[in-house]
Amino acid sequence: MAKRLDIKDLNLFYGKFHAVENVSLAVPPKNVTAFIGPSGCGKSTVLRSLNRMHEVAPGARVEGKVLLDGEDIYTSTVDPVEVRRTIGMVFQRPNPFPTMSIRDNVVAGLRLAGLKDKKKLDEVAERSLRGANLWNEVKDRLDKPGGGLSGGQQQRLCIARAIAVQPDVLLMDEPCSALDPISTLAIEDLITELKKEYTIVIVTHNMQQAARVSDQTAFFNLLGVGQPGQLIEVDDTEKIFSNPSQKATEDYISGRFG
Amino acid sequence: MNDPVVAKRPAGSGDTGAERGVAAAPTASEAPIPPTPEAPVTTKAPHVRPGDRIFRGLATGSGVFIVVLIGAIGLFLILQAIPSLGLDNVNFLTSREWNTTDPTNLRFGILDLTLVTVVVALVALLIAMPIALGIALFLTQYAPRRLARPFAYVIDLLAAVPSIVFGLWGLFVLGPVLFPFSEWLIANLGWIPIFAKGNVNVQLGGTIFTAGIVVAVMILPIITAVSREVFERTPTMHVEGAIALGATKWEVVRTTVLPFGKAGYVSASMLGLGRALGETIAVAIILSTATSSFGWSLFDGGSTFASKIALAAPEFNDARSAGAYIAAGLVLFVLTFVVNAIARSIVAGHKEYE
Repeated sequence: MAKRLDIKDLNLFYGKFHAVENVSLAVPPKNVTAFIGPSGCGKSTVLRSLNRMHEVAPGARVEGKVLLDGEDIYTSTVDPVEVRRTIGMVFQRPNPFPTMSIRDNVVAGLRLAGLKDKKKLDEVAERSLRGANLWNEVKDRLDKPGGGLSGGQQQRLCIARAIAVQPDVLLMDEPCSALDPISTLAIEDLITELKKEYTIVIVTHNMQQAARVSDQTAFFNLLGVGQPGQLIEVDDTEKIFSNPSQKATEDYISGRFG
Repeated sequence: MNDPVVAKRPAGSGDTGAERGVAAAPTASEAPIPPTPEAPVTTKAPHVRPGDRIFRGLATGSGVFIVVLIGAIGLFLILQAIPSLGLDNVNFLTSREWNTTDPTNLRFGILDLTLVTVVVALVALLIAMPIALGIALFLTQYAPRRLARPFAYVIDLLAAVPSIVFGLWGLFVLGPVLFPFSEWLIANLGWIPIFAKGNVNVQLGGTIFTAGIVVAVMILPIITAVSREVFERTPTMHVEGAIALGATKWEVVRTTVLPFGKAGYVSASMLGLGRALGETIAVAIILSTATSSFGWSLFDGGSTFASKIALAAPEFNDARSAGAYIAAGLVLFVLTFVVNAIARSIVAGHKEYE
């Protein structure tokens, strides 16, 4: 189940543009790692490289290694589709499939993986929706379209969809940035719950959120416009927010820039 | 040394967050901003500038114009058709006869014209729809970017070829090429009514089969172009959602692109069908005149509404004969309207994709 991720000397490019430079970072299992930093510093790009979504953009390129429990997901023998089936992702804006019912949305990943047994699918749908704290709100309308839910519910539906396949790692790209404070709180509580079973990496612009939900925080920064983003430091969240070792980190979290 | 900053910026995160117990604190800091005092309510009329009036007038005028124009066309057709319909000696809707050479003894019915028109259009649609879908998906999903643009341009060029050229191509190139295939179908599948030996000489190629294929090529660009536009607009967030779940290329197409583009594809096809129903000169050139009535075979000849009218120009000097053709035109007009209405209702039924 929950596996560890080791990022080694990762360099990411969009065509000729060097987006992220030399990132090395360890993500322990059953742990929440937060990526913080100013806009454009490459934290989302790094996150997207962890399930091989980065290369979906035209011209995008990856150098370096990402080890999932010691196995490089970037070796030539690895199928990116397989990687994405074991490393789930939740996006900034909730994106349930609009033509699918709530139930079909949750089990979409399993259907793609070839599971057809109706009873089993229903079981997984219920378990995942319970896991995403959404079951009680939607159990009477599982056949209604997922697009009919509120933003916060849609995002939890997307989390349910991501955990339905029981991924090794769960990536979240600013999962609360389109949500109101109450839905945000619901998602944050959920992240704390999910941590018991999953390895989670979350990108957030909200530093309080990083402080509240994460165990480990990585701070990314940009030296200047057109320069690649860099990992400045990574440490226990408590340490980063109380006594960071780098001046840039301190400036950022104390609000002096960014 | 953080402290002063924290005091100044409570919304920033000076807090270590280690004290998870204070879950209320963040919520409090995110509390709604107190409402700003409302601007004084004004009862003044909204601003209207001359530009607003002019633009409004132009836009409304254009809208009214098109409705009036369509109404006028319909009215013209009805007024011109009624006298001749009164002189018709056979049932207009159910007769297969069409003889208007003697204005004093008009015998005209539209059954065969309707059937041939619809069958030619349906054959064209059945051939063009899957091919257009394939091309549109290829161009938007599979083709390398460098290839997609010129390729799309070539398809659009197909729409610029004049119908007469398609007609000549159908008659002199496609017809002879199809002959062995048609012969094989008649010999081996002739027991199925649509592949039965028809009422024209299949060797000349002037069959509904040939006409349908030519019309399919003619409506291909419009269906492809509209479908391509729609497929290109599939929201990235949904495509990425599917990719992130481990969908392969085809699964992405199936779960996001097709559901999103379905309505657009259907309306594109209906646009094509509208064009196929009204296609005139190519069909007029290709279809051989039939000696007996339409027998539900692809290898029949005959006439569509449009080709019949086009080929009858010499008879238009007598208002009574011309009225018979105008009546046929009226039916085509209504048929196209009905097809469009059906297309719209289909599209309206697929609105759930936001």
